[in-house]
Amino acid sequence: MSTEVSAAERPLRGSGRELRGRSESASRKLRNTLATIVMWGAFLVALIPLIWIMWTVLSKGFSTMLDIVWWQKDQSGVGAAGFDKMIRGARHAIVGTLLMSIATSIIAVPLAVFTAIYLVEYGRGKLARAISFMVDILSGVPSIVAALFIYAVWVTTFGWRLMPVACSLALALLMIPVVTRSTEEMLKLVPNELRDASYALGVPKWKTIVKVVLPTSFSGILTGVLLGFARVAGETAPLLLLANYTPFLQQNLFSGNGMAALPTLINANVQFMSADKISADRVWGAACTLILIVLAINLLGRLVGRFTKVKN
Amino acid sequence: MTSTGVSASDSLPGPDGSKPEGDNASTGRLGDRIFGGTATFAGLSVIAIVVLIGAFLVVQALPALTSNNANFLTSRDWQTSDPMRFGVLELLWTTVSTSLVALIIAVPFSVAIALFLTQYAPAWLARPAAALVDLLAAVPSIVYGLWGSIIVAPKIVPLQNFLQDYLGWLPIFKPVAGISNGATIFFVGIVLAIMILPIITALSREVFAQTPAAHKDAATALGATKWEMIRTAVLPFGKPGVISAAMLGLGRALGETIAVLYIISTLPGGTAWTWSLFNGGSTFASKIAADAAELTPGKSTGAYIAAGLVLFVLTFIVNAIARVIIERRKAFTE
Amino acid sequence: MGKRIDVQDLHVYYGSFLAVEGVSMTIEPRSVTAFIGPSGCGKSTFLKTLNRMHEVTPGGRVEGKVLLDDEDLYGANVDPVAVRRTVGMVFQRPNPFPTMSIADNVTAGLRLNGVKDKKVLAEKAEKSLRGANLWDEVKDRLNKPGAGLSGGQQQRLCIARAIAVEPQVLLMDEPCSALDPISTGKVEDLIEELKDDYTVVIVTHNMQQAARVSDKTAFFNLKETGKPGHLIEMDDTQKIFNNPSERATEDYISGRFG
Repeated sequence: MSTEVSAAERPLRGSGRELRGRSESASRKLRNTLATIVMWGAFLVALIPLIWIMWTVLSKGFSTMLDIVWWQKDQSGVGAAGFDKMIRGARHAIVGTLLMSIATSIIAVPLAVFTAIYLVEYGRGKLARAISFMVDILSGVPSIVAALFIYAVWVTTFGWRLMPVACSLALALLMIPVVTRSTEEMLKLVPNELRDASYALGVPKWKTIVKVVLPTSFSGILTGVLLGFARVAGETAPLLLLANYTPFLQQNLFSGNGMAALPTLINANVQFMSADKISADRVWGAACTLILIVLAINLLGRLVGRFTKVKN
Repeated sequence: MTSTGVSASDSLPGPDGSKPEGDNASTGRLGDRIFGGTATFAGLSVIAIVVLIGAFLVVQALPALTSNNANFLTSRDWQTSDPMRFGVLELLWTTVSTSLVALIIAVPFSVAIALFLTQYAPAWLARPAAALVDLLAAVPSIVYGLWGSIIVAPKIVPLQNFLQDYLGWLPIFKPVAGISNGATIFFVGIVLAIMILPIITALSREVFAQTPAAHKDAATALGATKWEMIRTAVLPFGKPGVISAAMLGLGRALGETIAVLYIISTLPGGTAWTWSLFNGGSTFASKIAADAAELTPGKSTGAYIAAGLVLFVLTFIVNAIARVIIERRKAFTE
Repeated sequence: MGKRIDVQDLHVYYGSFLAVEGVSMTIEPRSVTAFIGPSGCGKSTFLKTLNRMHEVTPGGRVEGKVLLDDEDLYGANVDPVAVRRTVGMVFQRPNPFPTMSIADNVTAGLRLNGVKDKKVLAEKAEKSLRGANLWDEVKDRLNKPGAGLSGGQQQRLCIARAIAVEPQVLLMDEPCSALDPISTGKVEDLIEELKDDYTVVIVTHNMQQAARVSDKTAFFNLKETGKPGHLIEMDDTQKIFNNPSERATEDYISGRFG
């Protein structure tokens, strides 16, 4: 590049105009190179937090996870921070996170899949647009607002005791739009030719959807469900409002005794961690467990998506 | 789409052809009626949920609002036991300022990364690189909170000091006494920026990838460099998409709870007002979550529900704007 | 098998748009009838009304009558789903179900309508595949996905799938337009054989194909752009190609337009 500039500066037979043209092109090239560097740089900078977070969590929490007790025991007998010298296990929190997320999926997935079926296969006109708009709005509702809403219904209005399933309801509000949108995308990818082929065989519409459209898009729908599952498994805000933390293993979603989850296990120990190494170990162990569970489900979802029968 | 007529039926049905919606493929059969009815019911229930969220929040906030002795919108007090004096001014400021800081940092980065992924990255790198950026979205927010508050916050102090030393004459960079270790609006904004970066990137990536090849070729054929091609073809085409992606990211930042709660330093009542980003504070979400354990059914909860209602309205507006921009763009390009 | 189709003054609408105007024709049982005409003349649209597939498009409806051996397909109590079981259809592009094996594709219509007996299904699959001249090529890989076949094989698979439900009439909407010449030849041979059992109606852009496979040919045209399509004339294929009654037909056949 520099040689070109100097070549341009050499006063040969070219007119001044030509010279200016050349140096202009040099500055264009320079800007182009700068832009390329900026784009690469932005990407590399974005990797810093990702690597830093993963490194932090793994280096501080992984060794805790290696102890079999972590997976076998709950926090029964936990003592005051600073005096209790045992980490104990996170079984209650792992089980709680999975149970509540599964309950969430059971509530959210049928509703979301049917909503997507409505939007793609049945809906048109104003109603479909209104529903589609509301799915977008719901996807933007903050988790704390969803939790507050369930609190307002469950506790304030009906006066019921808090139970884990109330938390699942709040989480379901967050999962519904995720699964609806992904399912909608997948159903749209199913070619109309397959629907036509089925109709032309004298198959009713509902059977066409159940036996042709849904199986064709199944793995794509499953991807959406798994990504939604991963999202709610990592949520904290609704747990703070709706799921009372308990140090004991608790497997009843309808019990009033609370249920632990990995985020609330972290939250129960986080205030002591600066002074107490054991609390800090619990926090990082739980964070490491949580991030690995969430990432594993997330990656599983993406992997499943590879096997989709519908191609873009 | 209604009167596609002859040409539609005689031409090759493309993959983007119209869906058989609202058709007669379903008849009066029982199976079709039950199935179609269930699908309609599911769709309607989504509308019902959003309406109910608004309705319940309004109804349950009202008793607290009527016994409030302070102006709900302009007061900085938060006294929820009798006599109730509460207002959202400070929550609103902290929520909006943290989110705007996040947006100002995240948007340029996201656009650059999206351009990298769609225009610059070699083919073998584009997919794994995009997956890496997406991974940032999969990290639970409580982990961001831990990482931010414990690991990064102490390290951000030099940057904050630098800004205070050189730009401290600006009200937003004025030093604030008593807020230590980066537990500030400024740093919360940085962490939120990292959290919304993958959202804005993913959507921008999508629109950039849709830039018609003809637009790009036209620019390149005129002798444009790659960067000039991007400026003249890709960026104008993707602009509405980027704006709506930014709005969605903003909506996410406004409502983020646990990361903010862990990082930011709360202010005792009666602290002097400052516009500085190096102040602490509470956002709507972090305030509600911080006091979650103390919520009891009663009028005091109404104050928190009222705060939640304001947050709901804020995110509703932001998301609706994003949606409208997307719709307009669709109408324009289709 | 094979029923007569009698169309009486049929108008096809999409919403308020009149796509095809005033078609009347009789299609003889166990014969091959070809519909030809320029693009957009409504021949495919009209074909779809013979098994009510046009109703799958929003706003699609007809006025007039289509009688299948004296039974009106648009009668008040007629179920369109039942119509489509009686009048099968093969589409422009082969569209086997990607989630199903070859055998399952063939028996899809039966299985989705409640036939569960494995033996019946297996017999039916073989019979239909033989009927579609595909059996020898796929008998060793019946459990492999249908998408793995060549385009021509896929189209014959779709024909096998259509005849497996034992329709009376088989509609084909440009069945060879996505195929290479060799595959086209095989499908044309198949159409020749199918007319022994079925009433076959085929839409084609390829006039040589119409001349090769059909007994009768119907020529559709537009009066002008934007106006509805209509039937110009229908006659023995020999007559249409050698000595048509209408000037427009002659112009089209001889390549003067379209």
